[in-house]
Amino acid sequence: MSGVVETEVLVIGGGGAGCSTALHLALRGAKVVLLERGLVGSQASGANYGGVRQQGRHPAELPIAKRSHAIWQDLPRLLGTDCEFVATGHLKLARSAADEADLVAYLDVARDYQLPVRFLDRATLHRDYPWLGASVVAASFAPEDGSANPRLLSPALAQAARAAGAAIREQIQVTACRHENGRFVVEAGDAVFHADTLVNTAGFWGGQVAEWFGEPVPVRPHTPNMGVTEPIPYFIRPNIGVAGGGIYLRQIPRGNVIFGGGRGTGDPAVPFSRATPEATLAAMRKAVEIVPSLAGVSVIRSWSGIDGMMPDGIPVVGPSSTTPGLFHAFGFSGHGFQLGPAIGAILSELVLDGRTDVPLEPLSIRRFQTTP
Amino acid sequence: MRVAVVGAGPAGVRAVEQLVRAGLRPVWIDEAPDGGGRIYQRPPAGFHRTPKALYGWEGGRAAALHATLDALKPQVDWRPETLVWNIQPGLLDPGRLDTVRDGAVEQLGFDAAILCTGAMDRVIPIPGWTLPGVTAMGAAQIALKTQGCAIGRRVAFVGSGPLLWLVAYQYMKSGAGIAAVIDTTPWRTKLHALAGLRDGAATLAKGAWYVARLRAAGILVREGATPIAIEGEDGVTGLRWRDASGVEQRLDCDALALGWGVRPETQLADLAGVPMRFDAPSHLWVPQRDAAGRSAVPGLYLAGDGAGIGGADVAEMAGARAALALQEDAGMKADVELATRLDRRLHAQARFRAALDRAFPFPARLAATMPDATILCRCEAVRAGELRQAARADAATGAAPEVNRAKAFTRIGMGRCQGRICGAAASAVLADALGCDVTEVGRLRGQAPVKPLPMPMPIPAGTP
Repeated sequence: MSGVVETEVLVIGGGGAGCSTALHLALRGAKVVLLERGLVGSQASGANYGGVRQQGRHPAELPIAKRSHAIWQDLPRLLGTDCEFVATGHLKLARSAADEADLVAYLDVARDYQLPVRFLDRATLHRDYPWLGASVVAASFAPEDGSANPRLLSPALAQAARAAGAAIREQIQVTACRHENGRFVVEAGDAVFHADTLVNTAGFWGGQVAEWFGEPVPVRPHTPNMGVTEPIPYFIRPNIGVAGGGIYLRQIPRGNVIFGGGRGTGDPAVPFSRATPEATLAAMRKAVEIVPSLAGVSVIRSWSGIDGMMPDGIPVVGPSSTTPGLFHAFGFSGHGFQLGPAIGAILSELVLDGRTDVPLEPLSIRRFQTTP
Repeated sequence: MRVAVVGAGPAGVRAVEQLVRAGLRPVWIDEAPDGGGRIYQRPPAGFHRTPKALYGWEGGRAAALHATLDALKPQVDWRPETLVWNIQPGLLDPGRLDTVRDGAVEQLGFDAAILCTGAMDRVIPIPGWTLPGVTAMGAAQIALKTQGCAIGRRVAFVGSGPLLWLVAYQYMKSGAGIAAVIDTTPWRTKLHALAGLRDGAATLAKGAWYVARLRAAGILVREGATPIAIEGEDGVTGLRWRDASGVEQRLDCDALALGWGVRPETQLADLAGVPMRFDAPSHLWVPQRDAAGRSAVPGLYLAGDGAGIGGADVAEMAGARAALALQEDAGMKADVELATRLDRRLHAQARFRAALDRAFPFPARLAATMPDATILCRCEAVRAGELRQAARADAATGAAPEVNRAKAFTRIGMGRCQGRICGAAASAVLADALGCDVTEVGRLRGQAPVKPLPMPMPIPAGTP
């Protein structure tokens, strides 16, 4: 489709954040077009681990995570599918006294944000989860958290957005953006889009969009390394994380154990990403340390996707510092899947109401700008 | 120069033979305990049957290949029972193969590699195909060939292609009970495609001979027929099928072999980044290569059925030719006369292969029209109806426009086999549901490990 397309809001990037933004804007009657280079949810939003977790998040993210938690529970009504979201609880393990101290310290953060988290000492932990390895010394359990199927979320959000009147355009790459006479001009494919408002939810590539508007950020590509086993009897109920990182795993009721850890490889210019054998083997070894009975279980697939990693590990969310009418939400640094649904709700408020109740100042793009 | 050869079937043996002749000492990796490939798979230690008894008319070729294989072993770095589960192509750096043997992983660097990964059965899921007692055609043959076992007492053979008749005949000769041979290709189609070709005439004659012997033994033989459903509760008890005139029939059987030729094992080539193309005559995605076996990835060569189905004789020639191409490209002195001779013979064989593909066309309609309740992906127990649902514009996730997205929505091809078994049929079902050509829905992308890899593995030495 060539020519000029006029719209009120243009969203660049069809991950969870972008598709949710299109949905929430369309539900409130805004005229919205979303542009996605590949298919919606092809990169970080579709290839991630599927953890839906509030526990362990940076306090700057917690208000968004809490809002998202409410939306996750409401997905069947909103989307006609629960995206396989199950609140299994999230069990974060400590393997040393120092890690245990970190878990204890986070209890205060959780209390401040009314996040239910329960501490489990060694004896209680091994009594309740007898399949855990001996190296685990303590844990904290967040019952509201769980997991979902990342391959379904963005497509389902996009489909609901379509039903609400949004135009979801896939296989169309944005090549230039500018702000001209109070309007945004975006070149993509062989078309030009004019919009009053521009939303940048382009993941790693969001850095390019910000740069076009004179606010470059030090975002780097992040390629989490993921794997999955053959199905085995269901025994790992909670989503498992580890203080200090390096390995995370969950089992779905059909039996497969999904695990992640380390980095894959990739090239955002293609875009191309893949798990590496080194990272997969390292994650397998760590998985067996945590859950020894996984020894001998076959890994059947590995994969990766490209996310944007910020130097401080938290995303850029909020208005542009240079251009009125431009809003960013990118650089989710490997843990944006849970946040995506709320990001859409929050951005729709910023766009349509000019304000939101969720505090976004700590996530502002300004934090990367040196004062002149 | 470090050279690796993956596979010790007809292509691998002849490739290694030429490499050794040129003074190289390649790493040679094969999944089987003792090489030979699927076609000349060797019986386990302690089984003694003559090559003639095991491999029939091809006994001489099998014996010759095994003799060469055994003679080469001490001259190479021979690694049997070893799976190459991942490949990283060498573009600027040397390439690497990730292998596993008996739970122990290892990384092997290479400057050049020849992939001779062979083929596996091509099946079309039909209702009941997951019942105990149903096997793939090649697996039925291997059971007989390597272990002297029949898959049942009263076996139905269903499918098409030269293997159908060969396996049925081998079963008959071994004294196994045969319920029927049901060929989905009409006799006319085969005659039309093969008549007039020198090799075609021989194939027709061989086929006619098998058919005559089977008929003479009183076995039900039907061509141009269509399987409807395999019946049974805990195992196979019968087959419902439709004859060439459209009349529904039923027969009793306690086992069933299913197969429509073979498909190339392309996962390693795919992971290495070799471009793939859809070969319409064979209805298969095959890695692109030149006539000598060079791929677009520098240092990577392809030979044998893994590079496109040609059969064992072509594989032997292609293996040798790829090894010569590798030598040429490395600036070594290659046997130019042999290369020219091989090029000529491979070219002639390609014409015959095209005729065979026309003679035994893949029945894409049979796949595309399978009932909704048919389990399409047996690893993940996904039914055809679920895939068709994923193609609907009003699905909760929107329509899947291609097969990898359909995989993401339905888990089709996500299991242990990664779609190697159901991939072709899944593409046919999806294309039919979307109303587009099968090439438009693409193919399932490969992902490491190419076959299941057990936890845990020690980290390879030298890994940071």
